[in-house]
Amino acid sequence: MTIDSMPMAKAINAGLREAMNNDPKVLLMGEDIGPLGGVFRVTEGLQAEFGEKRVLDTPLAESGIIGTAIGLAMRGYRPVCEIQFDGFIFPGFDQITSQLAKMTNRHEGHVTMPVVIRVPYGGHIGAVEHHQESPEAYFAHTPGLRLVSPSTPNDAYWMIQEAIQSNDPVMFFEPKSRYWPKGDVDRTASTFPLHATRVIREGTEVTLVGHGAMMAVLLQAAELAAEEGTSIEVIDLRSLSPIDYDPIIVSVQKTGRLIVAQEAPGFVSVGSEIAATVTERAFYSLEAPVLRVAGFDAPFPPAKLETIYLPDVDRVLEAVDRALAY
Amino acid sequence: MPYSDATIQLLSPEGTIVSSDAADEYQPIIDALSDEQLREFHRTMVVTRRFDVEAANLQRQGQMGLWVPSMGQEAAQVGSGFAARKQDHIFPAYREHAIAMIRGVDVLDIVRMLRGVTHGGWNPVTSKNFHLYTLVIGSQALHATGYAMGIQLDGATATGDPDNDEAVIVYYGDGATSQGDVSEAFVFAASYQTPQVFFLQNNHWAISVPVSTQSRTPLYLRSTGFGIPGIQIDGNDVLASYAVTRKNLDEARAGNGPRFIEALTYRMGAHTSSDDPSKYRADAEVEFWATRDPIARFETYLRGRGEGDAFFADVATQAEDLALDIRQRTHEIETPSTDKMFDHVYSEPHPLITVQKQWLADYEAGFGA
Repeated sequence: MTIDSMPMAKAINAGLREAMNNDPKVLLMGEDIGPLGGVFRVTEGLQAEFGEKRVLDTPLAESGIIGTAIGLAMRGYRPVCEIQFDGFIFPGFDQITSQLAKMTNRHEGHVTMPVVIRVPYGGHIGAVEHHQESPEAYFAHTPGLRLVSPSTPNDAYWMIQEAIQSNDPVMFFEPKSRYWPKGDVDRTASTFPLHATRVIREGTEVTLVGHGAMMAVLLQAAELAAEEGTSIEVIDLRSLSPIDYDPIIVSVQKTGRLIVAQEAPGFVSVGSEIAATVTERAFYSLEAPVLRVAGFDAPFPPAKLETIYLPDVDRVLEAVDRALAY
Repeated sequence: MPYSDATIQLLSPEGTIVSSDAADEYQPIIDALSDEQLREFHRTMVVTRRFDVEAANLQRQGQMGLWVPSMGQEAAQVGSGFAARKQDHIFPAYREHAIAMIRGVDVLDIVRMLRGVTHGGWNPVTSKNFHLYTLVIGSQALHATGYAMGIQLDGATATGDPDNDEAVIVYYGDGATSQGDVSEAFVFAASYQTPQVFFLQNNHWAISVPVSTQSRTPLYLRSTGFGIPGIQIDGNDVLASYAVTRKNLDEARAGNGPRFIEALTYRMGAHTSSDDPSKYRADAEVEFWATRDPIARFETYLRGRGEGDAFFADVATQAEDLALDIRQRTHEIETPSTDKMFDHVYSEPHPLITVQKQWLADYEAGFGA
């Protein structure tokens, strides 16, 4: 068993290196990903190792990056595109949602689109406007795309490789506030499928579901609740499209209470979708309405207000109290 | 008068060979064409026009929701379409019916798409590298550029062997030149020096908006600022379209970087069957272009070379045969099964799709019980 302690940014770097070593058709493309190694250094050293034909510093144009990745995929390549920041993805929106997502369907299966789009997302880093957003719902809404988001370095290491192996387009949302904390990475073998949700803490009274950077908050909330005698189960979605509901349903059948938490605004979001589906599938198990803890339905605020905007442990525990009050 | 001194024309509207310094440069490419190739140019233009008329009629009869006519643009398409070599990849917009025909697409597939039984219609791999029509204006320019980057990464171009070195040609219209994707494609193509030709059919109207609203300079000048040589041709001259495209595709495949061709042509019909050009353009303009019809011009030229009535009669018969065939087979197109909605949304199983496909099947079956 090979276990290394490393931060998520290094784990993704290692996963990319592994994927590039395993398949010569894997290419990286994006802004500043060459000598600089990306603004978060996720691709550090890869251009020096694999050359400029495998790690392409592209012109500064998101639609251009995705659109040319589509052409490269048609040619048999497996491009991994880096979008520099969450809020910069929208110039590429047409190429992602109308072109990339629909290409296999339009070709009636004659063409596949093994394209990965890496998106550093979310808040907690005190950055300027357009640099802290959580835009995943736009893409989860789009048929033809797959969406995943790791919350640990180990998941990040394996999930990036599995995303690259997928023959469908995968949007890989990287919780940028989790780039730096270290965690154990077991490089021996992947132990979990790409699109599987995972129970990461067992409990009996309330189920908390989230993804990405939210998981650290949810685990902390569960810890604090346990000190007060409340037993909380925590589930890491890992995959936002498709959503692996079975572990969530099983959990709700046990706890009777579900709270979905996310940094993204709550209106028409991944959390709302889970609330609706769990209500349909586990109605008679529910002791309380499914509650959402989410970013407010306002633009992501200036950095000095972000700790108020983003769901924190207290907002999660307030929802736990509300759920238990039914 | 849309033409300028820069416009390359090899065949005048009167059907005579033009002699000029620019034309003389391309004349050897024309001289290398056989009589049969010249006949094929004409045959493809005439058959495409007849197909186009037939399809427009079928739309009027309710057989299609929409038709996208190509009338008037046959020379731009046929010349450039034949200029592409067999190993080249062609990324069309949605009006390139003549090129579909050249690359062996069953043009009924275009009818199928516009009838509403498919979003695609053919497999580019088995259709001699003719890619699918793309309806979001200009977005295919980036796919073509990415594809050309892939050719380059494969080392399948610029080896000095024009019979095997690959290149890409992408088609779009004057409206698309205002789209960001087309400019971004120029940027990427110039950066990576891709083996590709951007082929603009300037038919002067983006639905109802004249080209003067898209650009206050001649469009062939657009690419120069991006570092891509631009050239303007008389797009109703099939010889110019062939020779200039041939030369520039071969330059691109030789490793000399991307090229841009603006073909001046005219959309004689409506934008689509839903459009009414009488609301926005003058009869005089249409009449001007009618005197520059690409097919009449080329017929005059061929007759001048000694081509007789028998050939033209044969072409007319072939065109009628295709029209009849399309008419009959259009009536036979079957509506796809509901499974088609769900198949190929993903290439690998996706639980939401699996569940909904099964739900719909059960729901539909419930009515039969």
